[in-house]
Amino acid sequence: MVSEVKSVTGRGVPLVGNDVDTDRIIPARFLKCVTFDGLGEHAFADDRAQLNGEHPFDLPQYQGANILVVNGNFGCGSSREHAPQAIAKWGIQAIVGESFAEIFFGNCIALGVPCVMVTTEVAKTLQAQLQADPQSALTVDLEGMQVTCGDFVAPIAMNEGPRQMFVTGQWDATGQLVAQAENTRQVADRLPYIAWQAS
Amino acid sequence: MSQRTLFDKVWDLHTVGTLPSGQTQLFIGLHLIHEVTSPQAFAMLRERNLQVMFPDRTVATVDHIIPTDNQARPFADPMAEAMLQELEKNTAAYGIRFYNTGSGSQGIVHIIAPEQGLTQPGMTIACGDSHTSTHGAFGAIAFGIGTSQVRDVLASQTLALAKLKVRKVEVNGPLQPGVYAKDVVLHIIRKLGVKGGVGYAYEFAGTTFAAMSMEERMTVCNMAIEGGARCGYVNPDQITYDYLKGRDFAPKGDAWDQAVAWWDSLRSDADAVYDDVVVFNAADIAPTVTWGITPSQGIGVDESVPTPEEMPQDEQALAQEAYSYMDLQPGKPLAGTKIDVCFIGSCTNGRISDLREAAKIAQGHSVAPGVKAFVVPGSERVKQEAEAEGLDRVFAAAGFEWREPGCSMCLAMNPDRLEGRQISASSSNRNFKGRQGSASGRTLLMSPAMVAAAAITGKVTDVRELLQQ
Repeated sequence: MVSEVKSVTGRGVPLVGNDVDTDRIIPARFLKCVTFDGLGEHAFADDRAQLNGEHPFDLPQYQGANILVVNGNFGCGSSREHAPQAIAKWGIQAIVGESFAEIFFGNCIALGVPCVMVTTEVAKTLQAQLQADPQSALTVDLEGMQVTCGDFVAPIAMNEGPRQMFVTGQWDATGQLVAQAENTRQVADRLPYIAWQAS
Repeated sequence: MSQRTLFDKVWDLHTVGTLPSGQTQLFIGLHLIHEVTSPQAFAMLRERNLQVMFPDRTVATVDHIIPTDNQARPFADPMAEAMLQELEKNTAAYGIRFYNTGSGSQGIVHIIAPEQGLTQPGMTIACGDSHTSTHGAFGAIAFGIGTSQVRDVLASQTLALAKLKVRKVEVNGPLQPGVYAKDVVLHIIRKLGVKGGVGYAYEFAGTTFAAMSMEERMTVCNMAIEGGARCGYVNPDQITYDYLKGRDFAPKGDAWDQAVAWWDSLRSDADAVYDDVVVFNAADIAPTVTWGITPSQGIGVDESVPTPEEMPQDEQALAQEAYSYMDLQPGKPLAGTKIDVCFIGSCTNGRISDLREAAKIAQGHSVAPGVKAFVVPGSERVKQEAEAEGLDRVFAAAGFEWREPGCSMCLAMNPDRLEGRQISASSSNRNFKGRQGSASGRTLLMSPAMVAAAAITGKVTDVRELLQQ
């Protein structure tokens, strides 16, 4: 499967706060499932219930948004891929933030959802702009490595490896990994513990 | 970049090659799966017509969703039953070893692999669960992965990964009485923060870890991820080998001697290069309790809830959110806070030594009126061992419920959960909002001994006061 992600354009939804964990993104009770279908409606379920319609994912002005703008250490905690799945199924195709928890970042790559980093200042500016004008045109450009929001332009950061995977359409690594079966067997044969355990 | 650390050596030995993205293709020596994050991975395999490449290098158990009061089949919760059936079907179809309930070896995935000797030094280990870092206690490189990566490991026995940096986290000196491995790791996270470890593997070094048992080291490595570090490890030593020897999957005979020699060679060299080094003094660590909504919001039980002025500006917004959610006052002591529910268990603190320490505190006392207290052994083997020692009777006599093994109220995917605004004293690993099954429920993380102390006094209590009695 090859699908290039060179840029994502659309509208943004701001979600303010550091250390938003994956239990908040998708509470554990929604992990009782054997498929990822239908998770989108439960994204941020408890926060949304508490805010009673005022959560950005419920506000009418952000319906149809496809780029999420967050702050620091987004997606920390549990490894549950249900979290990025829920966000993606709600409609998000890219996430802009100050920093991301590592497992969450990796899970997003596997879904073809780029997570790009900006400075604290840029994240705040973008969020303020999206609050002032939810209809602002927003673009995350993985080739030019910049984010554009209306007239505002700022640099974005992403490690070169993942960036290459997105722009060349090789973010789904399964095929590449399986193709190396022979080399993989050679590595396994060199590892002493494989034989110890078989004995 | 780090050089000649255990992390570097194990990484290099497992490297299959470099992918076009520049990431490393890393061989995974042991893959652990459970019912929550694997069903979709098997579905993806079928969609793509892929096989499981090394079925004998994956091991399965059921832990997250199982009830701990009555494990008779079918489970009362039809979705929990469906998830277990899916795992039974998938493991049978692909020839994967599965430790089901009643097998005598079922339990929390991060407890059963070490206790059977599946987890060994020098391995790479992956599991669709962030607390996979636990296995680093043996000198393995172990990390949590998402479901798409579970699919990748099943299909190729490898993962596409970028190499981590290595931070040496050194703690030296003996622990004070009443201070446990849990307090050490809560203290480290308090000092380094929940995102301090992002991009790093943590090597836990120094005399404090050298003196720890394997179960204590597992508690520390288990929570590396709560500090943002995807994996944490301790270099293997004689304590590691003494724990492993004779276990079901440990090398036997001549292979044992070869194994010890190989494991010794993997230890970080004396002149290893680290990307960062931090040093703590064990004497500075008190019994530690979290007051907020992330594991780094912790304090010594004899301290007061910090005020916003005491913390860096970028932590103040989260602190305000925490005061409000937890209904705690800055500047006021945490000790004395009334507790509704006490939970002893989880992959952090559900092992036999944890239950022994808690039982020592509970012995001869009674759970305070109005407090619900329960103990969930981490595995069927832990349960059996505890019962052989009579720990179940100590707990029952004190008024604690004694349950069947599972993840239970750590994340409340089974019927064990907080209700409404209840506040728990919990030996688990996360105090996130809503973590323990109620959207407004509150969690105070602490050691199992501290949970037992809270159970018998009905409030947050410095366990050292009870130890002196």
